[in-house]
Amino acid sequence: MVSSKLDKKLTSHLFRRAGFGTTEDEIDNLADKSYEDLVDDLLSPEKQPEIAEDILRRYHLELNFPDTHSGWQSYWIYRMINTARPLEEKMALFWHHIFATSIGKSEHTPSAVAQINTFRRNGLSNMKQILLDLAKDPAILFWLDNCENHKGEPNENWGRELLELFSMGVGNYTEDDIKEASRAFTGWTFVQPLPLDPYARYDSEFLYVDDDHDHGEKTFLGETGNWNGHDIIEIVARQPATAKFISRHLYNFFVADEPQVPAWNIVPPNNPKAIKNMVKIYMDTDGSIKEILRFLFNSDFFKKSKFKKIKSPVELVTGVIKINGKHRFPGADFGTLSTTVANMGQAVLTPPTVEGWHTGKEWIDAGTLNERVNFSVDSFGGKEISTVDFEGRESLSDGQSSTAGGVKSIVDKIRNENKVEPADLLNRCLELLGYIEITDQTRKELISELNKDGPLSFSTDSDSSASEDRIIKILQAIVSTIEFQFG
Amino acid sequence: MILTNGSNQNTLVVVQLTGGNDFMNTVVPYADGLYKDFRPVVGIPNERVLPIDDYLGFNSDVRPIKDLYDLGQAAIIQGVGYPNSSRSHFRSMDIWHTCEPDIVATEGWLGKTVRILDPSTDNPLTAVSFGRGLPRALTAQEVMVTSVGDLDTYGLMSGIEAKEQRTQALDLFKRVYTPAIGSGMVQDYLGRTGVDVIRGAELLKKAPQMYKSTVEYGDNPIASSLRDVARVHLAGLGTRVFYTQHGGYDTHANEVPTHPKLLTDLSTAVGDFFQDLKDHNADQNVALLVFTEFGRRVKDNNSGTDHGAGGGAFVIGPRVNGGLFAEYPSLDPSEHDNGDLKHTYDFRGLYSTLLERWMGIDPTEIVGGTYEQLELFK
Repeated sequence: MVSSKLDKKLTSHLFRRAGFGTTEDEIDNLADKSYEDLVDDLLSPEKQPEIAEDILRRYHLELNFPDTHSGWQSYWIYRMINTARPLEEKMALFWHHIFATSIGKSEHTPSAVAQINTFRRNGLSNMKQILLDLAKDPAILFWLDNCENHKGEPNENWGRELLELFSMGVGNYTEDDIKEASRAFTGWTFVQPLPLDPYARYDSEFLYVDDDHDHGEKTFLGETGNWNGHDIIEIVARQPATAKFISRHLYNFFVADEPQVPAWNIVPPNNPKAIKNMVKIYMDTDGSIKEILRFLFNSDFFKKSKFKKIKSPVELVTGVIKINGKHRFPGADFGTLSTTVANMGQAVLTPPTVEGWHTGKEWIDAGTLNERVNFSVDSFGGKEISTVDFEGRESLSDGQSSTAGGVKSIVDKIRNENKVEPADLLNRCLELLGYIEITDQTRKELISELNKDGPLSFSTDSDSSASEDRIIKILQAIVSTIEFQFG
Repeated sequence: MILTNGSNQNTLVVVQLTGGNDFMNTVVPYADGLYKDFRPVVGIPNERVLPIDDYLGFNSDVRPIKDLYDLGQAAIIQGVGYPNSSRSHFRSMDIWHTCEPDIVATEGWLGKTVRILDPSTDNPLTAVSFGRGLPRALTAQEVMVTSVGDLDTYGLMSGIEAKEQRTQALDLFKRVYTPAIGSGMVQDYLGRTGVDVIRGAELLKKAPQMYKSTVEYGDNPIASSLRDVARVHLAGLGTRVFYTQHGGYDTHANEVPTHPKLLTDLSTAVGDFFQDLKDHNADQNVALLVFTEFGRRVKDNNSGTDHGAGGGAFVIGPRVNGGLFAEYPSLDPSEHDNGDLKHTYDFRGLYSTLLERWMGIDPTEIVGGTYEQLELFK
């Protein structure tokens, strides 16, 4: 163990929330940094290299033939695990939760992929920019039928969701505001892309058709003018209701579970003071997401929020894989990444509705708990498989020291540090799985299970082998607990 | 409260059409000139209507349901909705799920029903939902609903191959998930869910093993779901409420090519389902409700239809008193609710009927009041 300025427990928490988890080795490599440095680094993703896409495309030819989307779902999960810019990827996921667009309707993968790229690029910028980019995004224009929103024949789908789900929330506008906003977005459409099959592998582009735009006067949120779409965004982005709505979303996503979104105009925030402070920063900085997050990650309420959130399926899966060391290279099992999160109820790129996923406790039901536990247990299920993966990755890492985890490295640490007594073994495993906190009841049960066979021993080959099996067994038991569902 | 005459073992199967099914294009007022006027693009031409009477007819895509209607086994509940209909999918679905139009409630009508049917959660399979994610209709405190993604691989620790090791892992899991006092509401919920996953999986394992059928279901999500309902129902595991969802009904655009496939898949699956149960002599205690969160706007938008208000529902089964119930909303613009069909019948009356006359329980508390019931059962 390396001495460090960093509180490892808190660092682990920061990387779970602002990224997709981390390993003890990775934390040890940051020993010369302060917590505030880490927050600054996370908020400046541009200082880190981009992920090497060429390897992905060489090994996964399906990504060159984008008429199937499952490869691109796996691609995204792979990026989350391997990116050097975790917050960039986490923000893309955050906006995907809110601006929930499903590929299921368009079946046009390149446009869906382009939308997520937009969220990567602008995810930490300001609300006006983010909404404006969204309003020009072909994937969402099709998803919410704005291509059918014509002068004299308005289609209100986009106009309604812009206000209800993407900016202000229910109760802060009228049905007339929806109608007027919809009129302002007439003519905002996209270039019909060429068929994907056989060769046209390009995303669509935004298209403004002035002839199809309703140039008449509109009154929106009490302001009257010949508004066009960008005027509506301008007005929406400076509303305190928008500041509050987005702050609440950020709190819900990064800090602790809030009630479900449809209740927000009725149920107050769990931490009104935190939201108030976030709203103030929003209003002072023209809606800078980066500045709100800088405040959030450095706040006491964030630091005290360890294990206060149910992990989303994506967070659970990426967090486990960060630790078990798999998927550091886009191998043959790359495709399982998309199905694994889908089975737990979070198929990325295909949210169930424009409302996105219901989060928090609602991630868990008998079916999804079954999937979560089975995946986690299987992920620590065989040291042989993980050893191959671990060593295979090392040989591909171009001589850089590997900082990834791997079941083998956990077993090695426990052996080298001689954590053979049940209580020591359990504590060390909890640390290596992310400084997990467990209840006294769970601790009692796990210790009593370990006590059945007494301390570990590595004195002979057969003892070592039996001890390794027991370490795996206790890792599997920890990742199947109630506590492990929280992040 | 279970009513004295409620000692039955009737089963309710709920099929949720997600997105807002276009009821006007499902049960079509084909003889109404206004229908043709309002729907120049998405309107169903007369040659694709199977008449019920001289005003209404089934869209021919729902022929299998029409066949059940002709046998007197399908009830059409027309104009179903609620006052001040919400045009938001999520809010409207929430209202249908919770029977609470004014507040955002966390407990669903079927969750409360299960709590009455099985107050001490003796059977984790009293309610079974197929598909990923539990709908709010089925959530309630102290209620366990089994939610099954894949019936054929359902079960905990199934990746641990050595049997003894798996048994040990399951045993430890059970102990760790046993709810402890004062651990917190969410933790407690997780604990109970975990224990019930084990109990439910042990029971559900039997269903695929026991099932034999000559009915060949279609290869689409609603067909698979209703086949799963049939498999579990036929295993006799005591399930009283089944829930499944069929998505894609939000036909703002391109309604003409997309809506017919949805209706065909749905109605064929319903027909196959009842045939399957009938072949096994297990259809008499089953009623199936098909509902959606709202109907769609009367006037089409040149490609599809926007969110509307009043819609329609079906209740189907051999003991259902088939026919038309409530009134078809008027298409006359003076009768519209903001361009939408005004509801003629409150969905809470429909729920009340199902709860009291089919499930044998007092609906008053569940639906939040007394609503007009229908003569839905023979």
